[in-house]
Amino acid sequence: MEFTIDWYFLIEKLLLISAVLGISLVVAMYSTWGERKVAAWIQDRRGPNRAGPFGLLQPLADGGKLFFKEEIIPAEANRFLFILGPSLAMFTACLTSAVIPWGDSLTIGGREVSLQIADINIGVLWIMAVVGMGVYGIMIGGWASNNKFSLLAACRGASQVISYELPMGLALIALFMLSGSLSLKDIVEQQRDGLWFVVLQPIGFLIFLICAFAECNRTPFDLPEAENELNGGYHLEYSSMKLGFYLFAEYINMFISSVLMATLYFGGYAFPYMDSLGIDGNLLTVLGIGALFIKTLFFIFLFMWVRWTIPRFRYDQLMKLGWKVLIPLALLNMLITGAVVLFRQNGFNF
Amino acid sequence: MQSLTNRAKPVDRRPMTFAEKLYLPAIAKGMGITLKHLFKKKATVNFPEETRPFSPVFRGLHILNRDEEGRERCTACGLCAVACPAEAITMEAAERLPGEEHLYREEKYAARYEINMLRCIFCGFCEEACPKQAVYMSETFAPANYQRKGFIYGKDDMLIPHPQKQIKENNQ
Repeated sequence: MEFTIDWYFLIEKLLLISAVLGISLVVAMYSTWGERKVAAWIQDRRGPNRAGPFGLLQPLADGGKLFFKEEIIPAEANRFLFILGPSLAMFTACLTSAVIPWGDSLTIGGREVSLQIADINIGVLWIMAVVGMGVYGIMIGGWASNNKFSLLAACRGASQVISYELPMGLALIALFMLSGSLSLKDIVEQQRDGLWFVVLQPIGFLIFLICAFAECNRTPFDLPEAENELNGGYHLEYSSMKLGFYLFAEYINMFISSVLMATLYFGGYAFPYMDSLGIDGNLLTVLGIGALFIKTLFFIFLFMWVRWTIPRFRYDQLMKLGWKVLIPLALLNMLITGAVVLFRQNGFNF
Repeated sequence: MQSLTNRAKPVDRRPMTFAEKLYLPAIAKGMGITLKHLFKKKATVNFPEETRPFSPVFRGLHILNRDEEGRERCTACGLCAVACPAEAITMEAAERLPGEEHLYREEKYAARYEINMLRCIFCGFCEEACPKQAVYMSETFAPANYQRKGFIYGKDDMLIPHPQKQIKENNQ
């Protein structure tokens, strides 16, 4: 059997992977800056403005500080798991970006280069699986620290992520009834031609949004890192860059969630009238990437805006909201969507 | 129960209506408030570059004044030290020697004049007590220091520069 390696394909994918990773890390880095700025502005303060113009070098200073901090592994901790925890959190955070279509395809030297690392037909399932795995980072970290507070926070994190994955999945099922495909690329292409799915699935989007906040452990669902009750939460015993990894993974998750919301419900790289502008090819693709990033930045801002507005839920309220409100609502949404899709396919007659 | 002021409002303890239980309108309202704050004027003063304006009667660090001819006004009478409620002022008097008339206005002067800025409460009684208008309070406040002894200000910290010497130095 003839076996040849398409070297251009390999190089193209390697470049794309490094670009996506680099962009994710830079966006996550500057999200910390943005978070502090938004927090400050909402509280009538100025925020970081000493390091560089507008405090833009602040994330570098923070990162440098974290690197120079003393690395402490508690004596009673399980060393292997203690190191595995933050690594896993970071690993799963970076893994989700693989199936996201960052743009349409570019044509470089007669070759069509897709701006999606892997267009697999189970794209959304992949993301759900990896996000579900992300909770192991929290769980293992909290367990390995051998600290009551960390363990408590880890338990909270695990039960919260599991509880909110259910309505998230149910909301997505309603979306797939409309799209008929799990591939993110297909979903975007459908929204390019038709309506954005947020118009067709407003309740589904709302459920997805709330669950995304819970999955990212962001306020009002930040019980795993409740500073005042748990002395910091699951990363209580962590210091130096291991702590940095946990915090960084949270921001990467936030970025990926924002991209995902933009892709699934707000048309991804598609923007209104993009096919009637009279431009095509690479320029349109670049504009599409820009559109995706504008949508993403809006969602990142929304994450921060909510964080500095709404107080944290109590644990029983969190569970009540997840199980007694969101799951029935998602089921109802799914049933109604299914009924409407059936009616339309059968031409409103049985 | 009778309320203490006419501003008291009774707490609404009725059970929440369905619209209230949805939470979303309340959340939207809250987000509206925070969005408004996003564009409000910031309360922070960019300290080292900008300073907050002091009131005209601000009482800051002390200054030992000179007269028109550049002679020290202080005659070491000790009234400021007596007036000081925090006992922050210490001084040692010395007699003016012949030939020092251009340095000190009176026959007696303060050879050592110290104020402990950690004890000082900046009440301004020393300024009021001084019969010779030698002690004034300026609009600056005590800067940070690593050691306690750095807060004991002597004559060379507080005496304002000699006006004629200053002009000479500026011309050089």
